[in-house]
Amino acid sequence: MRYSKMFQQVRNEGHLAYIPFVVIGDPNEELSLEIIDQLVTNGADGLELGLAFSDPVADGPVIQQSILRPLANQFSVSSGLRLVAKVREKYPQLPIGLLIYANLVFAQGIKSFFNQCCNAGIDSILIADCPVKESKLFAGAAEESGIDLVFIAPPDANDETLQQIANTSKGYTYVLSRKGITGTEVAASKASTEFLGKLRNFGSPPLVQGFGISKPQHVFDAAKAGVDGIITGSAIVNLINRHYNTPQIMLEHIGDYVRTIAQAAHTNHAQSA
Amino acid sequence: MTIIEEQTHSKFEYDGAYIGQYGGQFVPQILVPALEQLEQAFEQAIDDRGFLDELNKLLNDYAGRPTPLTECQTFGRNENCRIFLKREDLLHGGAHKTNQVLAQALLAKRMGKGRIIAETGAGQHGVATALACALLGLKATIYMGKKDCDRQSPNVFRMRLMGAEVIPVDNGSASLKDAINEALRDWAANYDDTHYLLGTAAGPHPFPKMVKRFQQVIGEEAKQQVLQQTGQLPDAVIACVGGGSNAIGIFTDFIPDEDVRLIGVEPAGHGLDSDAHGATLLRGTEGIIHGARTHTLQTEEGQIIESHSVSAGLDYPAVGPEHVHLMTSGRAEYVGITDDEALQAFQELSHAEGIIPALESSHALAYAKKLSQQVTEETVLLVNLSGRGDKDLSHVMSILESNQKESSNAL
Repeated sequence: MRYSKMFQQVRNEGHLAYIPFVVIGDPNEELSLEIIDQLVTNGADGLELGLAFSDPVADGPVIQQSILRPLANQFSVSSGLRLVAKVREKYPQLPIGLLIYANLVFAQGIKSFFNQCCNAGIDSILIADCPVKESKLFAGAAEESGIDLVFIAPPDANDETLQQIANTSKGYTYVLSRKGITGTEVAASKASTEFLGKLRNFGSPPLVQGFGISKPQHVFDAAKAGVDGIITGSAIVNLINRHYNTPQIMLEHIGDYVRTIAQAAHTNHAQSA
Repeated sequence: MTIIEEQTHSKFEYDGAYIGQYGGQFVPQILVPALEQLEQAFEQAIDDRGFLDELNKLLNDYAGRPTPLTECQTFGRNENCRIFLKREDLLHGGAHKTNQVLAQALLAKRMGKGRIIAETGAGQHGVATALACALLGLKATIYMGKKDCDRQSPNVFRMRLMGAEVIPVDNGSASLKDAINEALRDWAANYDDTHYLLGTAAGPHPFPKMVKRFQQVIGEEAKQQVLQQTGQLPDAVIACVGGGSNAIGIFTDFIPDEDVRLIGVEPAGHGLDSDAHGATLLRGTEGIIHGARTHTLQTEEGQIIESHSVSAGLDYPAVGPEHVHLMTSGRAEYVGITDDEALQAFQELSHAEGIIPALESSHALAYAKKLSQQVTEETVLLVNLSGRGDKDLSHVMSILESNQKESSNAL
């Protein structure tokens, strides 16, 4: 519900939705909440929150650091969900997604995990190492708990896979314009209009582009290609990696950065097109 | 009758990406096309006479197959027990790894991929990959945990000597599992021209099935050789299990022979009830790691725990999905051997038979010895001597020296 409302609102204004990503609990509980406040007050339309996992195969070096730091501090999955619940309490309307690895969902029992997420007020879960062909393991529990399962659409997937992704993904579809893992080392290229068009024709929920988006120009390119929203992860996490020992400076940098990207996203792209 | 037989048989066949409820393809969506391409190439290749001829020629003329079966003269021998060793230690490269590496390297060429990436723990799989790539003119990049690079520097030199690029991996626990993570990340960006040559019967489908297919030659040969030398099937087949490739290789041909016990030996490290072991099957729980639903060592919340073994090749916190299926279905049994027991067997086999076994294989030998002391009827044991121990010499030497110091200090 929160997603469709948010996307509707953003679309009405000709904007893109801006969904920043950070790892929950990094660099510590208190600062993590302050970082999230920076994201929201500077223009985030939704949040994508990572939950620390020991073996993050889909993540590049920048996000790996951010994922491993809470683990080194014994930060648990349950403290992560408790922290998300606090964010939910503070921002009742904000769409909140969880980005997570399959074993964390599996280990304590899939149903129980989805219920815990539901209680924490989470709207969607993207399982980084669960392709759509393995979705049935999680689909039942997701549906029962009312949580949207989000899937990733890679640029070179065949039509059959795109169709399956479009039909299975709920809340939004996470689209990529390049191969590889998370990180700003390889910038996003402009997603092909044909690829996005196919997903729409197959009935996909709103299209949100991630991986390699770090500059306002990437946001304008994404808007031109025709996505509904964008995710930035590594660019923000990089600021955390660099400045977590000087929290005030870190928070200022994050605020400035998020404001810049939000400004680009909240341009009336419909008019400029 | 026939129907029942068919059912028993099919229980141990793959159904798509799964064997029983284990396996699957739990990888980022971006890697799915690469796995599907590999699966297709693999299924076509094993039906293609030309491919199999080329592979067999390499296995025979380059790698030295068939490997001998050697009966122990004194090790574990008593009036009731004969122990036979399948000599994969004599295969080129020094371990069974070469069998399936040659096969996958040929597959890579078939798919038109000129670059190979691989992970390695102790360095044996890296060495096998480097030699196959040198032979077949492929470019090799080997990911190896930084800690392992330091522990196994001669193998790093071997790989570089044969033209491979070795990349030390410094994140996470800087060991095998992190090397696998890094290889998967590389593959996600480069699968167009790169094949990921995974080294064991674990990982996402089709790797477990494919590695099994290319290692089952071990069991096929051994079965004929045991029959020839004893006129009977062995009573038990024993192999060490890290990821599980040498074990599945020697087990597979015996799976339908229900009277043959299949025994996998896991690294019990400091003891199965200590917190330092690699006994994934005996002490791990079900989880999803490195692309497969399998058993893994993990916390209650699902964080993967580092394993421990004196043998780097068994020091892995997950295991191939087929072994979980063999265990839960009751077809195979799994036991643990500690670091100390393995070190003991390492020395005993060297002394008794003039064969220095790999520390990995020493786990299987130690269990065979134990079993030989328990049997009351005439028994034939088949042990997979999966690799030779040259790579372990300096490691074992330093352990024995420090043990000696400790005991003399105690006096």
